[in-house]
Amino acid sequence: MAESGEHLHVELVAADRTVWSGEAEMVIARTTEGDVGVLRGHAPLLSVLTDAVVEISSAEGGVVVAAVDGGFLSVANDRVSVLSQRALLPEEIDVDEARVELEEARGLIGANDEAERRLRRAEARIRAVERAS
Amino acid sequence: MAVSLREYRARIKSTESMKKITRAMELIAASRIIKAQQRAQSAAPYARELTRAVSAVATYSNVDHPLTREPENSQRVAMLIVTSDRGLAGAYSSSVLKEAERLAEKLRGEGKTIDVYLCGRKGEAYHRFRNRPVVRSWTGFSDQPSYDAALEVGTTLIDAFLDEEGEHAVDEVHVVYTRFRSMLLQEPTAVRLLPLEVVEGEERPSSDDVLPLYEFEPSPEAVLDSLLPQYVQSRIFFAFLQAAASELAARQKAMKSATDNADELIKKYTRIANQARQAGITQEISEIVGGVNALADAQAGSE
Repeated sequence: MAESGEHLHVELVAADRTVWSGEAEMVIARTTEGDVGVLRGHAPLLSVLTDAVVEISSAEGGVVVAAVDGGFLSVANDRVSVLSQRALLPEEIDVDEARVELEEARGLIGANDEAERRLRRAEARIRAVERAS
Repeated sequence: MAVSLREYRARIKSTESMKKITRAMELIAASRIIKAQQRAQSAAPYARELTRAVSAVATYSNVDHPLTREPENSQRVAMLIVTSDRGLAGAYSSSVLKEAERLAEKLRGEGKTIDVYLCGRKGEAYHRFRNRPVVRSWTGFSDQPSYDAALEVGTTLIDAFLDEEGEHAVDEVHVVYTRFRSMLLQEPTAVRLLPLEVVEGEERPSSDDVLPLYEFEPSPEAVLDSLLPQYVQSRIFFAFLQAAASELAARQKAMKSATDNADELIKKYTRIANQARQAGITQEISEIVGGVNALADAQAGSE
């Protein structure tokens, strides 16, 4: 694979669409082991993500934030792909809905794993919006 | 005479309105199929990256996962049949069901019992009419499947597969769906979904694109654990998207021939109606002429 420049090529892919793709300086994602930052020249890596926020500092200077529902991060040859069944950009997130969801999930916490999961997802969404604004 | 003429006119009219409907359905299917193809295309990157990741794990670690383990002696199999919710799509649903019958025949020949899972109202109706048991069915998304639907179906099937002792525990999972080859050709296909054959990737990495030595976090097993179910779901989603595109293509084709047929009928009826009208006119004229002649003869006789 001929890598063209001094940037990472990043693809943020959801199950039914490509959410974002382009050149970037850095990618920060939260894996099950903790936050990981990927710069150019990173060793090949395949890791499991949790429901959290992924941050991409794009080559043009902006920061792209997205909330992902679990998924994977794969890094190889300066190519980063973030795979998730669902990935949302801040403008696609309904904050009020996420807040309601958060409250609801909080009420159910401890009942089952599902509630915890919903809580994490709602939190990730709200955080994504806050970070973007 | 006049009665049959009116009858023909009514028939022409109803055929015309039927033609309008089929024509509209043809156009709708044609525009939707473009969307369905786009959807299939935008789902492709995910499937591609996922396949890459799975083959990476498979290459660099010993894959021994419940989802890939060949059962020694499989007794029960699950069969997922993907049909459409609505009819008027030619032989679309019946050819999938025929393919499913063929597979079922083969599996039964090997001494296996079959649990049927269904997608689409047409398949449901087919099984209900024949009083055949169905374990579960899902409806309502055949022409625009969402990933969530695939997720639900996938989870159910994986649970059935991983289940050892339950009522619906199975040792193999097959999927029968229609593969979209082109606008003109859609093939009913049967594939074995589980246990997974990991190396069968449709796009094998070429030799200059050797997979790098990955680090796995937290561990290869853990990555595989969460990777494989998603891989299965993405395969099911792929089958749904293909089926949706095929359904729309089949519907467009069926509606096109219905429209053409209506055209033919209108032509035929117009000819018959014209003939009937002409026959009526001719008869009227001959009656008048006959009457005039008779009158003239009578007058000539009296003078």
